[in-house]
Amino acid sequence: MSAAQLLQYLLSGVATGSIYAIVGIGFTIIYNSTGIINFAQGEFLMLGGMIAVSLQAFLPLTAAIAGAVVVTGLVGVAVQLVFLSWLKKPGVLRMIIITIGLSILMREAALHVWDEKVHALPPWSGDETSSLAVLGARISPQVAWVLAVSALMVAALTLFFRFTLTGKAMRACASNPAAARLCGIRAPWLVSLSFFLAAAMGALAGCVVSPLTQTQYDMGTSLAVKGFTCAVLGGLGNVSAAVGAGILVGVLESASISVLPLAYKDVVALTIMLAILLLRPQGLFAGMTRKRGPLGRVGGA
Amino acid sequence: MRGRALFLSIGIFIAFACITGWAGNPDTVRLGAILAVTGPNANLGTPEARTIQMLVDKANAGGGIAGKKVELFLRDSQGSPEKAISFAKQLIEEEQVLAIIGPSTSGESMKLKGLCNDSQTILLSCAAAETIVNPVSPWVFKVAPMDSSAARMIFQTMKRMGISRIGVLTSNSGFGQGGKAQLEKLAPADGISIAISEVYDKEATDLTGVLTKIRGQNVQALVNWSTEPAQAIVLKNVRQLGFDVPVFQSHGFGNLAYVAAAGKAAEGVIFPAGRVLVADGLPASNLQKKLLMEYRAAYMAQFKDEPSTFGGHAFDAFTVLAEAVRRAGTDRNKVRDAIEGMKGIAGTGGIFNFSPADHNGLAIDCFEMLTVKDGKFVPLAR
Repeated sequence: MSAAQLLQYLLSGVATGSIYAIVGIGFTIIYNSTGIINFAQGEFLMLGGMIAVSLQAFLPLTAAIAGAVVVTGLVGVAVQLVFLSWLKKPGVLRMIIITIGLSILMREAALHVWDEKVHALPPWSGDETSSLAVLGARISPQVAWVLAVSALMVAALTLFFRFTLTGKAMRACASNPAAARLCGIRAPWLVSLSFFLAAAMGALAGCVVSPLTQTQYDMGTSLAVKGFTCAVLGGLGNVSAAVGAGILVGVLESASISVLPLAYKDVVALTIMLAILLLRPQGLFAGMTRKRGPLGRVGGA
Repeated sequence: MRGRALFLSIGIFIAFACITGWAGNPDTVRLGAILAVTGPNANLGTPEARTIQMLVDKANAGGGIAGKKVELFLRDSQGSPEKAISFAKQLIEEEQVLAIIGPSTSGESMKLKGLCNDSQTILLSCAAAETIVNPVSPWVFKVAPMDSSAARMIFQTMKRMGISRIGVLTSNSGFGQGGKAQLEKLAPADGISIAISEVYDKEATDLTGVLTKIRGQNVQALVNWSTEPAQAIVLKNVRQLGFDVPVFQSHGFGNLAYVAAAGKAAEGVIFPAGRVLVADGLPASNLQKKLLMEYRAAYMAQFKDEPSTFGGHAFDAFTVLAEAVRRAGTDRNKVRDAIEGMKGIAGTGGIFNFSPADHNGLAIDCFEMLTVKDGKFVPLAR
């Protein structure tokens, strides 16, 4: 295998992994502030992409994306207010079932609002055929956009959760709701805010991956599975680790393609996930049964 | 006691409903349709379901087929073989349908092959795989062209272009598996060697890795065989990698949504397709032209959308069945015999010539080689 080919596999892995990573980020936001794992996160991506594609018919791309982010954020709040806000102390299993139900609901709604067809936003720079050359290997400029947007999200979320009063209050709510309330923090309002953030970030992710993955009403589930894998692999609640894990999974898949038939790619990814769950289960199950977010693990690895 | 009375009355009601169901109405044509209206193959099932509904409404508005109204039982299988089986059982046992149109996919069709044959229900599959009608099952027909014909058209075009070493990519759906088998079987006959053949997940979102591997094999062309959105991703990834070879797609590409999704990367892709897509450009002497233009106009007027070859399969299935009912009434044995004896019936997919040994009835010339130019389908210049 030539050096250029090796580099190409690496870049392909980064391209695939960047998509997983940006989906993984969305899972960590809601988990951080509420301890809930939102299995409808993939649908927020789909909604963002779909709304942006629709708005793009009569708005410039940037405005269409901004509009999609805001609208999807509001949908996120509406979902939380209507379906989740009245639950007192919901168990993990119940929350999982509710969010899975929500994902089905949103998928079917999208099928009726839009259609069954595949849509795609145009690439943010260049066109569908352009690529960046890196030492003889090539990569779509859109992958650079995905990485840039992921980095921005990580930075913004880290700053928000670490240094702003609202961010700290959100972490406080997840850590100990009763104590937070005693300190005068309005917990319900903050939960709505976290759904707004997760849905809006999901929508932005949906827009930035749309030129690569394309957008279809039922894209959410398969993306969510991979994104969730990465969120777990990174240790749930840790935003930057989710990104690292996403890229790691992508590169490992790509490495498996280079030696094994492509069909074994998912076997490799799922084997890694199972191994992680067996060897380091605390990232997933310890956090969920404690019913509180892992305080102070938002930014650093 | 009240509970028992309620239980009894429900039982009686169900029994009554069953009896009326069994009796049926001899003056109607009971037609089932199992199509992937939603799910990953919705791009096949949706135009098919719309077409069927449109044709049934039209037939009933005109007094039915030979004076018999059509009762349509449309089911959405979501592309899942399990659902297709349970809907088929329901349509056969409870609704006692004369025929089932569909399913949309090859995987589902293969699951229904034995079921329809055992229950003597006519199946008019809209899927591609050759195995649906080879070996022939007396009650199973298919109106979509053979994947073997598509593969042969692709290889003949390659021969003309001087291509002899190719890479093959297929999706892990029934359609992809069927295509892979036909491509690998038929390539040697046209002097073409397949240097590498890879299978990807039908929900794949990035294929640059496997394309890098294929490029490493120094192939002269790439064939991708799938019906899923991934076929647009393949096109984008090929161009982004600067992998500068002709790309061939299967007849699963015949849908403008994929061209729109792939944008500039779709330009120049070569694929075999039915003539629905290029009806305007056909010579007036073409036997299909009038029917194709009418179908296009009706579909676009009602659904404000471009028709695809897939909707055309449903059109052909209904046309064949309606013609058989006109000739033979609603006795299932006679209808089956009538289909088997049909010659020279023009459909959207081609001219159908059925026989006891050929339950597809389409020849290889039902395909036209097309390419994409300026975001539109045009015939490939020879």
